[in-house]
Amino acid sequence: MPKRTDISSILVIGAGPIIIGQACEFDYSGTQAIKALKEEGYRVILVNSNPATIMTDPDMADATYVEPISPEIVARIIEKERPDAVLPTMGGQTALNCALALFNDGTLEKYGVQMIGADADAIDKAEDRQRFREAMDKIGLSSARSGVAHTLEEAFAVLERTGLPSIIRPSFTMGGTGGGIAYNKAEFEAIVRSGLDASPTTEVLIEESLLGWKEYEMEVVRDKHDNCIIICSIENVDPMGVHTGDSITVAPALTLTDKEYQIMRTASIEVLREIGVETGGSNVQFAVNPKDGRLIVIEMNPRVSRSSALASKATGFPIARVAAKLAVGFTLDEIMNEITGATPAAFEPTIDYVVTKIPRFAFEKFKGAKDDLTTAMKSVGEVMAIGRNIKESMQKALRGLETGLDGFNRVIALEGAGRDVITAALSRATPDRLLNVAQAFREGFTVDEINAITHYDKWFLRHIEEIIAEETNILQHGLPIDAEGMRRLKAMGFSDKRLATLAVRSVGVAGGLGETQATRSGLLHDALRAMAGATSEKEVRQLRRKLGVVPVFKRIDSCAAEFEAITPYMYSTYEAPFFGEPEDEAAPSDRRKVVILGGGPNRIGQGIEFDYCCVHACFALAEAGYETIMVNCNPETVSTDYDTSDRLYFEPLTAEDVLEILRVEQSRGELVGVIVQFGGQTPLKLAQALEDEGIPILGTSPDAIDLAEDRERFSALVEKLGLRQPANGIARSRDEAVAVANRIGYPVLMRPSYVLGGRAMEIVDSEQQLDDYIATAVQVSGDSPVLIDQYLRDAIECDVDALCDGEQVVVAGVMQHIEEAGIHSGDSACTLPPYSLPADIIAEMERQAEALAFGLGVRGLMNIQFAVKNGEVYLIEVNPRASRTVPFVAKAIGQPVAKIASRVMAGEKLESFPPFKRDLPYMAVKEAVFPFARFPGVDPVLSPEMKSTGEVMGIDADFPTAFAKAQLGAGMRLPTEGTVFVSVKNSDKPMILPAIRTLIEQGFRVIATSGTQKYLADAGLPVELVNKVAEGRPHIVDRIVDGEVSLIFNTTEGWQSLKDSQSIRASALTAKVSIFTTAAASVAASEAIATIRGSQLEVRSLQDYYS
Amino acid sequence: MADAASSLAPKPEGATGVLVLSDGHVVWGRGFGHVGEAVGEVCFNTSMTGYQEVMTDPSYAGQIVTFTFPHVGNVGVNEEDLESIVDGAVGCIVREDVTLSSSFRSAGEYGQWLADKGKVGLSGVDTRALTRRIRMAGAPNAVIAHNPDGNFDIPALVARAKEWPGLVGMDLAKIVSREIQEGWEGSTWTLGTGYGAGEGSTRPHVVAIDYGAKDNIFRNLVKAGARVTVVPAETTLEDILSLEPAGVFLSNGPGDPAATGKYAVPVIQALLDRDIPIFGICLGHQMLGLAAGATTSKMHQGHRGANHPVKRLGDGVVEITSMNHGFAVDNTALPDNVEETHVSLFDGSNCGISIRGKRAFGVQYHPEASPGPQDSFYLFEKFVGMLG
Repeated sequence: MPKRTDISSILVIGAGPIIIGQACEFDYSGTQAIKALKEEGYRVILVNSNPATIMTDPDMADATYVEPISPEIVARIIEKERPDAVLPTMGGQTALNCALALFNDGTLEKYGVQMIGADADAIDKAEDRQRFREAMDKIGLSSARSGVAHTLEEAFAVLERTGLPSIIRPSFTMGGTGGGIAYNKAEFEAIVRSGLDASPTTEVLIEESLLGWKEYEMEVVRDKHDNCIIICSIENVDPMGVHTGDSITVAPALTLTDKEYQIMRTASIEVLREIGVETGGSNVQFAVNPKDGRLIVIEMNPRVSRSSALASKATGFPIARVAAKLAVGFTLDEIMNEITGATPAAFEPTIDYVVTKIPRFAFEKFKGAKDDLTTAMKSVGEVMAIGRNIKESMQKALRGLETGLDGFNRVIALEGAGRDVITAALSRATPDRLLNVAQAFREGFTVDEINAITHYDKWFLRHIEEIIAEETNILQHGLPIDAEGMRRLKAMGFSDKRLATLAVRSVGVAGGLGETQATRSGLLHDALRAMAGATSEKEVRQLRRKLGVVPVFKRIDSCAAEFEAITPYMYSTYEAPFFGEPEDEAAPSDRRKVVILGGGPNRIGQGIEFDYCCVHACFALAEAGYETIMVNCNPETVSTDYDTSDRLYFEPLTAEDVLEILRVEQSRGELVGVIVQFGGQTPLKLAQALEDEGIPILGTSPDAIDLAEDRERFSALVEKLGLRQPANGIARSRDEAVAVANRIGYPVLMRPSYVLGGRAMEIVDSEQQLDDYIATAVQVSGDSPVLIDQYLRDAIECDVDALCDGEQVVVAGVMQHIEEAGIHSGDSACTLPPYSLPADIIAEMERQAEALAFGLGVRGLMNIQFAVKNGEVYLIEVNPRASRTVPFVAKAIGQPVAKIASRVMAGEKLESFPPFKRDLPYMAVKEAVFPFARFPGVDPVLSPEMKSTGEVMGIDADFPTAFAKAQLGAGMRLPTEGTVFVSVKNSDKPMILPAIRTLIEQGFRVIATSGTQKYLADAGLPVELVNKVAEGRPHIVDRIVDGEVSLIFNTTEGWQSLKDSQSIRASALTAKVSIFTTAAASVAASEAIATIRGSQLEVRSLQDYYS
Repeated sequence: MADAASSLAPKPEGATGVLVLSDGHVVWGRGFGHVGEAVGEVCFNTSMTGYQEVMTDPSYAGQIVTFTFPHVGNVGVNEEDLESIVDGAVGCIVREDVTLSSSFRSAGEYGQWLADKGKVGLSGVDTRALTRRIRMAGAPNAVIAHNPDGNFDIPALVARAKEWPGLVGMDLAKIVSREIQEGWEGSTWTLGTGYGAGEGSTRPHVVAIDYGAKDNIFRNLVKAGARVTVVPAETTLEDILSLEPAGVFLSNGPGDPAATGKYAVPVIQALLDRDIPIFGICLGHQMLGLAAGATTSKMHQGHRGANHPVKRLGDGVVEITSMNHGFAVDNTALPDNVEETHVSLFDGSNCGISIRGKRAFGVQYHPEASPGPQDSFYLFEKFVGMLG
């Protein structure tokens, strides 16, 4: 059946900012969908507030609205663009909820917009817990004993049936926000309250606990002809109780008999039919009792999801692309499987490898957060790894996580620990449970014992046990000296680095030598190497290659080699010889090629922005005629889509894995170079290893990057260039730190060297706080010094992104931060162009940027952070590589900055590209988005440590409106009436005064704590007094909890005041009250409120802005 | 040739198993299961579940199955997941060593079970490379051998592989077929209760000819409402008619349909002449085609897996099917009385026919699943529905 001709334009709703539970997988799916729809000749209109997405590139959709994804804004877009249809299934829960709201309020009907992919009833049926349950009953599938509650009273009535422990799931939320597992009544009440609150329909489902049951997911695709196919089955290694986004998962399902698998397969298809998902991809989740196979349907998502991105990458089947085609009327047999180019998409992919996904967490960023994994998702990223067996797959995933693991590293804390301690560690679901399991084997636990505690399936446990047994064998006998022995180890997934560690320890074990002694004894090195076989990753690599043991590359072909794959999508493995040599399918080309190293798993500080840059490098270099080769291990990304680059290696970003790829790629054609500057810290860390092997690096040299990161070298350069830095120093001990701080004068900014995302960075006000920082946040030593900077209080911070080709420097954008210096730049809102900086200051920053670019020898992108105080420009930091702000700048100025940078890195000159427009007749505001709601107990306050997961852009003619849009896009709806609560530190009071006056003029009532109240009252403003928490009840928190407050301005000075006011911010977060914790942002918010009050926000496409 | 090829692959330390192709190539690995050797055609199966069903499917008689999924044996073996008590595949090749099973249904380990069944296993092989070779060069004849002491007489094994005549022209059905008639009891499997019972002698009577049938076919017929009597492959027309069948079912089975057809086709033609409803699966489908005047031929690599898309030409619906066949009905030269009803979306080969003017149809794939998707159960209902 051909495509529909009764519709010609389609609105695609994106997912908005990256948040926990909704990450760049929706850029991947949305980008695929837009490409697929445009291929068919439809006019595509896109709304997405996230500028760091590929989908919002102006050449993707026909009309791109970087506007907040809220029903009233999307309604304005519909009114303006009059699309025939809306595709709501590509933008996660955000898009579904928005589309459903537009259906319910009559907007879709009013403008004659059809929902395609999934209709309102199907969405509602899948999302509404009660209706879903009834639907499952109807088709004879059992669900857990459960009930729906809208109030606490109803919840306790349901509890009578389910018993404890019970699982609470709020309706219509993504990633299980506000849900959890309750083991006692107090917990039950707390979780129900937060769940009711998180649910837009004030509804929670309470279910009997299925803790310990096995958990599975099925990715299903259906077309309008009722053809249904399963793309992939996924088995969670972590049993029920841990959100699937936080679980270690494998594909395909590995511990089901065919009879059980077919029950699940048939049930999945029946679920889609009953829910009424007409076309597209859905995800159905099951729990299976390991004792008797009893199967229960947990939930289904009538849209593409994180799991469908994983399934797409795991099988090579592009679910979103196919779903988009199905939505416009094609059937599966009419769509080609592009991987084979010869068979249709109407089939079920079959794979001949094992895929492992391990989530990555960021608990260390959130002081006070418990690292317990529950039914509410908390991970911020994930790694996927592919191996020919479970051992290889798991060990590749562990090293791909980039959390310092080379495999199943030892858990020192459990070494030699008592059984009760180990049992306790195993019984907790935490990010480290897999490692704890391995350690338990080392400590003598058996498979049965660990299974009884963790409910990990014994099949997985046995493979881990075998890995540990092999490690023990190496510890006793050293590394094998023959090819077969080495190949056997490599086929189990052991990294060279892990083998080196084990080899060194084997000498210690055999010779009674301490490990530290063994590694540090330089004189003993040769003797040690002779005994161990190798003592470093490099030596293991040399030994391995000498034995002829190298990995081969196999294709991900969706069909287990039944058909030829025309798409070079590959992973490495170690194979036995077959007809002579181990069979390698890499087949490198004879072209001129560039390898782009990606950013690995998303984490706070390194996310979609870097993937955006990598994808642009692929596009730009392909346009310039190079063969592009992508290496990455993050399944959520556009960069790991098989049609982003010419060749894709889905591999961990470690020196070993990358060097083996380069070995093969260099065997034919010409490797022009490797790009390491676009993927964040991940590829940069590999630069040295690549240089050591003589691999050419494109663009700015790794040495220049190191120069910029090395305090002492960089200071010398700054001095040479005559630029000003805040006073600073470096300390290698507590006493040195105190001395440096005293020299500079408090407050100072302290951080460890070599960081991204401001990890463990703090503003320190006193010696007491300095001691606390050194005791808790960092380990200060000769190897890891701590950096101390003068903290420029109340300075304005700026970001400058610039390009340099060695002869010319072009500034792409100057961004003025709204929050003052000291808040991590990734967490600050900012504007482009600057909203209040004088021209001479901007010119001075541009001058300094140019001097630095030449001074560092930048080829490509660079980012500089400045602070401006009292008319002076201070240089804070330079990064001669792609920065987090590149996509925002590109979207704001309408220029493909990363693409131009890529081509400059490959040797082209800036003058060959059209100049950037400098006078923008509009303002773009970037705002950060935070996951505080996911981490109860964490103070939602901004600091030098980055905590945001994503960003949005607001764009409009003036700053206040753009700011209001940015807030709305970030989920903070500025109130236009009500009560504002103000409590600000003394130095902020003069600044806040006019803002409060503005709000009073707008009709706001103002309440304030004593100091602020007195100041404002003295200035003649009608401000009521409210008690601080310590001053007795009713106090400010009571007023917030009662819903009396609609806006909060709360700034603090010093950590005591910060501690005292934590409950204010916490209650604001829970009550979803707009809160600003800096004076500058408070002022901006007041202006924005005054501007938008009484008027409607207008929408305009990027294409329109740029023309 | 043989010596040159085997010298390319010197025996690695610890090799206890080997696959020796008739062209002299040698693939070393670790033997498991039965100690000994077996000759057959090497095919590959891409299903990710259901190894026990595959290994007990009589259609694999004379074959060595390469499992493309690397981990096999994960869920062990049990008494229920058997498709037949006769010998199917003579051996299997897997990439990974089989580890202890984990399943509440497991009653034993795969390796021991293979040994008990006299089937040879070979692990540690790059099964993907082997599969690609089969895709490019066709399914080779080979000997699979397992010897714990690692001693193999390679030239003798090559000679044995070479001497083996191959599947073309081979009538294996009569070897794997039942020897005596049997009243079938039992319906399909459900979780928690196992196999259901067939009920009632008033149901329409289907006589099922066993050319090497999978038991799940009979269970599906019972589930669809039939009473089933299974008869041996070489049962005469008279004996079939004496059972007073309301319909006749032609089962799957191994080997060359043309060979088995020599005695089976005349019987089928006579049944067609009497307008008795007929349903054929796989080999049965091919022989129905032969009986109606179509021809069959050997495919390059065959279809074996649980993910094969088949288009139902009547309404365009796609069924995901389980397949296991190395021969096919030629759809380029179908006689007028044969209507093509299903076609493979992978390669356009024939997957279903019906005989014009008769109540007779067949499908090349396996609607009884086991292993594989259960999308096509409707065919059993359609057949039983014809039985008036």
